[in-house]
Amino acid sequence: MKLVVCVKRVPLTGGKMVLTADQRAIETRHLGFTVSPHEECGVEEAVRIVEAQGGEVVVVTLGPPEAEEQLREMLALGADRAILLETDGSEWDPEATAAALTEVIEGEAPDLVIFGNESADSGGYQVGIRVAHALGRPVVTGLKALALEDGVLRGQQETGDVYRVPLPAVVSVKEGINLPRYPSVPAKLRARKKPVERRTPTAGPPRLEMVRLVVPEGRGKQAEVLGEGPAAAPAVVELLQRLGVA
Amino acid sequence: MSTLVLLEGADDLSLQALTFARRLDTAVDAIAFGEPPPAPGVRTLHVAEVDGYAPQAWARAIAQLRATTIVAPGSDRGNEVLAHAAVMLDGVLAANVIEANGDEVTRQRWGGSLLEQARLHGDVRLMTVAPHAVAVEPAEGEPAVERFTPQLHDADLVVRAGERVDTSTGGLSLAEAPVVVSGGRGVGSAEGFGALEELAGLLGGVVGCSRAVTSAGWRPHTDQVGQTGTKISPDLYIPCGISGATQHMAGCKGAKKLLAINSDPEAPIMASADYAVIGDVGEIVPAITAELRRVRA
Repeated sequence: MKLVVCVKRVPLTGGKMVLTADQRAIETRHLGFTVSPHEECGVEEAVRIVEAQGGEVVVVTLGPPEAEEQLREMLALGADRAILLETDGSEWDPEATAAALTEVIEGEAPDLVIFGNESADSGGYQVGIRVAHALGRPVVTGLKALALEDGVLRGQQETGDVYRVPLPAVVSVKEGINLPRYPSVPAKLRARKKPVERRTPTAGPPRLEMVRLVVPEGRGKQAEVLGEGPAAAPAVVELLQRLGVA
Repeated sequence: MSTLVLLEGADDLSLQALTFARRLDTAVDAIAFGEPPPAPGVRTLHVAEVDGYAPQAWARAIAQLRATTIVAPGSDRGNEVLAHAAVMLDGVLAANVIEANGDEVTRQRWGGSLLEQARLHGDVRLMTVAPHAVAVEPAEGEPAVERFTPQLHDADLVVRAGERVDTSTGGLSLAEAPVVVSGGRGVGSAEGFGALEELAGLLGGVVGCSRAVTSAGWRPHTDQVGQTGTKISPDLYIPCGISGATQHMAGCKGAKKLLAINSDPEAPIMASADYAVIGDVGEIVPAITAELRRVRA
């Protein structure tokens, strides 16, 4: 069983969005980075499949050179090797992203390709589906459970809807399909030695063109402080009664 | 130009998408599958004969109606079907749009914590409408209903929803509960949630949590409120020991009132709270429960 999992490096945004001066990106000088949550679960799922049935997990990302950091994290989670499609850090639109990923995946010819249901940052909801069409493979999205048996994938969504599709196939998963492991120190050391191949694809002009980002206006409210510590309990109960929930 | 809207059913998100589409164009057609849903203000309602939910088949039916602007609800199915349709029509898809004007759209990123102004370059523009970003407006007029059987390719039916497994837990669901008492890292441990369970029980509500808590394994993912968890809209939301990261706030924007209990008066959650109690969650929550019991006795 060979699996390819596509992941994306995204900033850990904390409590507040701050933009760069040109309003085309989040100011990340003081932020850490991570893999989009759905996709981390996708890697965990792939690693569990290979642990049970044998095979290989290849992690692919399109992003800046620094995205190697996220690939190493996924290698520590148990993926076998990684491919970094290097950009200059500017954002690629969904079509360009899908085209670059398709080329890599065609070369790898995996039995199953796993995406996250949508990326945490741009949330375009389409790269996996575009790749599936380009590969001519069936695609099931939003899976919260999946099982492979005799060349057939059984996937279940959070609604309880069940899908059965033949391999090779493409799926997208949602967080909650599993709880990703916390990599051990030996796993992190091993990940340093696993291969990361770099390629530099090119993109045409975007058809979904980002013009600028805007931080939405907050609710502009000042919280009414009911009190401090346990002494605030009577004021809270009064509020609950006033709101009609007590 | 011609505008087509996908109606999944009689649900709110479909009606929001319809309201959005009517703002773009004076004449709007709609497409539905199965039973024709209400479609006020629609010119023609096309009802496609497709057996069950097969995303690619639904997209094929949409593609055959040759609209140049296609709108769908920003639901799991709406997003999925339009992505397929975008490929079939060589169109440009923008998901979770809140506003559109010609080829320019404003769409949500980060579950709505950030907005993007974007331009769509293509003859066919597809948009899903961000949930609860558009207020449903009434309209006059019943549509003409036209039934049709789309010309499907074999591959269009490979992926199709089969049986539905019952995933309900029997109790009140997080998405629909009138009161949600959530815990974050500040609750301290899995055991610390006992006090939250007790308070939620007294208020006829349920317990939720932040992503930090599910990642730590203290609560199951089904309890998670957030961008990658459940989106809630209770009458009252009580986040306890939750700092208010954008990931979490994307899941509780729909709450009507928010009472934050937190030891840090400067926590980001305070900017979204209507009411606050400052201090240790482990002391405050049991005190509220005791006081509730006292006044009820």
